[in-house]
Amino acid sequence: MGDLLWILVSAMLVNNFTLVLFLGLCPFMGVSGRVSTAIRMGAANIFVLTITSMTASFLNAFVLPYAPYLRLISFIVVIASLVQIVETVIKKVSPTLFRELGIFLPLITTNCAILGLAIFQTNRGYDFVEGLFFAVGGGLGLTLALVLMASIREQTELADVPAMARGMGLVLILAGSLSLAFMGFAGLFSS
Amino acid sequence: MRATTPQQDLLRGIWRENPVLVQLLGLCPALAVTNTVANSLAMGLATFFVLLGSSILVSTFKTWIPKQVRISAYILIIATFVTIADLVLNALVPEIHKALGAFIALIVVNCMILGRQEAFASKRPVPRAILDAVGTGTGFLVALTMIGGFREVLGYGTFLGYPVFGSSFEPWIIMILPAGGFFTLGFLLLGFAWWEERKKERIRPRRWIHGVTHEVGGTV
Amino acid sequence: MSERKLPMAEPGDGAPPPPVEVEVSSFRLVGTLTVAGAIAGLAIVLIFQWAQPRIEAYQAMVLRQAITEVLGGPERYETVFLDSDGAFKANPVADTTGLDRIYVGYNQADDPVGVAVVGAEAGFQDVIRLIFGYDPGTGNVLGMKVLESKETPGLGDKIEKDSTFIREFQEVATLIQGVKRGRESGADEEVIMITGATISSKAIIDIINHRVAALRDPIDSYWSSPAVMTTGGGS
Repeated sequence: MGDLLWILVSAMLVNNFTLVLFLGLCPFMGVSGRVSTAIRMGAANIFVLTITSMTASFLNAFVLPYAPYLRLISFIVVIASLVQIVETVIKKVSPTLFRELGIFLPLITTNCAILGLAIFQTNRGYDFVEGLFFAVGGGLGLTLALVLMASIREQTELADVPAMARGMGLVLILAGSLSLAFMGFAGLFSS
Repeated sequence: MRATTPQQDLLRGIWRENPVLVQLLGLCPALAVTNTVANSLAMGLATFFVLLGSSILVSTFKTWIPKQVRISAYILIIATFVTIADLVLNALVPEIHKALGAFIALIVVNCMILGRQEAFASKRPVPRAILDAVGTGTGFLVALTMIGGFREVLGYGTFLGYPVFGSSFEPWIIMILPAGGFFTLGFLLLGFAWWEERKKERIRPRRWIHGVTHEVGGTV
Repeated sequence: MSERKLPMAEPGDGAPPPPVEVEVSSFRLVGTLTVAGAIAGLAIVLIFQWAQPRIEAYQAMVLRQAITEVLGGPERYETVFLDSDGAFKANPVADTTGLDRIYVGYNQADDPVGVAVVGAEAGFQDVIRLIFGYDPGTGNVLGMKVLESKETPGLGDKIEKDSTFIREFQEVATLIQGVKRGRESGADEEVIMITGATISSKAIIDIINHRVAALRDPIDSYWSSPAVMTTGGGS
C-alpha cells in the first residue's frame, strides 16, 4: 500500500507531470486566465488519462508481448479513438458540457501527457493497479498545475507588466517559478 | 490560399515562423531534453527525420487518402517514422537514446508535425512539401540548440562536453533542472520581444518624418 | 471529389471542419487505412530485425561492464534465477523474464568470486536502480554501481559521481550502517554518507540492505550447493 501511495503522490507532486516531467505543456501554456476553465480541462484530462492507463495495461499484458515494436502505433491509435469516443459520448449525454469543453477535447489527442503516461507506465513496468494510481496522481498534478497557472494569470491580468513580457514570456517564467516551488516536494517519502 | 515561392516555403520555418520560438509548438521536447547540446541536436535531428519523411509520404499519397480518415492516416505515418527513428537511435547511439527516453516516442504528438501535414503537405506537391519540412525542421533544430546551448553552458560549464569557462566557474545548476528549461525559453522569448519593440521604435520616427505611413514589419 | 478549401487547422483551432460531402465509401476508408497499416507494419518489422540484435548486444555489454565493476573483474558470469520455491536455479522454467535473478561471477580458475545483485527503490527524487557485488562467504559487499538515477543534479547525483563515496562500498560488512561525516567510528559496516545528499546516500544503503536481507538465505544455500564449483567457500 505504501508503494501505491508513493506512486500517486510522486506523480502528483514530486514528479509533477507538467512542471517536472514536461508533459501536457500545450494546454498549460494555452490555458486562459480562468480557473473554472482550468478545472474543467483538468477533469477531462484525468478522465482520459485513467482510461488510457487501463487500456495500456491491457495492451501491455496481452497484445504487445508478441509485437513490442508496434507499441507506439497501437497506443496512439487507441488514444485517438478513445478521445473520439469520449467526445461522442459527452455530446450525447450532456450537450452543455460538450459546448463548454469545446476546443479542448480534440486537443487532448495531441496532449503529450496522455501518450506520455502510457509510455512511462510501460517503461516502469507498472501493473494495472499501479498504473491507475499513476494516472490519477498524474492527472491531479496536471490539474493542480493548470489551476495554479490560471489563478496566477488571473491576478497578473491586473498587474502592470512591461510590454515585452506580456504573453508567453511571462507565462514561461511563471512556470519556471512554479517548477522551482514544486522541487520542495522532493524527499517527501524518505525512509 | 496565397501562392508562396519555394524560397519562402523553405525559409519561413527557420526564423520568422519558427515552430518553437514563434508558434510555441512542440514545447514538451523543447524543454525536456535540452539540458545538453548533444541531446538537443539528437532530438532536433530525429524530429527533422520524422517531419521530412511524413511530409514526403503525405504529399505523395494525398490524393489516395480520403479526407475523413486523413488525420488517422497522418498519425499512422508519423507514428511509423517515429518507431523507426526510435529503433535506429537505440541501435546506433544507445546512450543518447537513454537520455532522450520517452520523448522520442512523444515526437508523434508534437503538434508541429501534424500541423505541417494538415496545413501544407496534404495540399502541395512533393517538392514544396520537402522544402517546407526542411525549413520547419531546421527551425526546430535551431531553436532546440539555442535552448540547449544556454542550458549546458550555464548549467554545466561545457558545450558539447568541452569545458568553456575554466575550472573556477560555478555552474548554475538551476539551468539543468526543469525550472531552467522554462526560464531559458521564457527569457529567450522576452529577448526577442524586446528586440521587436526596439525595432518598432526605431522605425516609427522615420515614418513620421517622411509623412508617409507604411506597414511596420510586413508579413511575407 | 469537389475541390473544397478546407480552413487551415491552426493549433488551438478546435472548430470542427465544415461537413464534407460523403462521396467515399466506408470500404475505401477502411481499405486505405488497412493498406497503410500493413505497409507501416512491414517497414517497422524490417527495421526491428536489423536493430534488435544491436540493442541486445549493447545491453548485454552494459550489464557485463557493471558486473565487472562491482565484482572486481570476474572472467565470466552466470545468471541464476529465483524459482517459485525460493531457490536459485540456472534454468528453472522456459520463460525467465519475470523472475528475480543474481549473477554469479567466476574468475579465470573457475572459482566463484561473488554474486552481483540488482536493486531498485525510491530515492530522493525518483527511483534509483543499482547493482552491487556481494560475497556470501564473508557477507561483505564488494562494490556498488548506480545504474539509473534522477537525483538532483549537483547534490543527489553525487551518488554517481563522487568516487570516494562509491569506494566506501568496497569490502563493507552487511548490514550497512550509514553515518554522517565526522561521526564515523571506523566499524566494518559503516559507510560515510555524502554531505548534502544524505537522503540519496541512505537510499543506496537501504536498497543494498533490503536486497541482502531478502536474498541472503537463498544465496547462501546456492553458494554452498554443488552447482557452484567452490574450492573452500569463495574469496
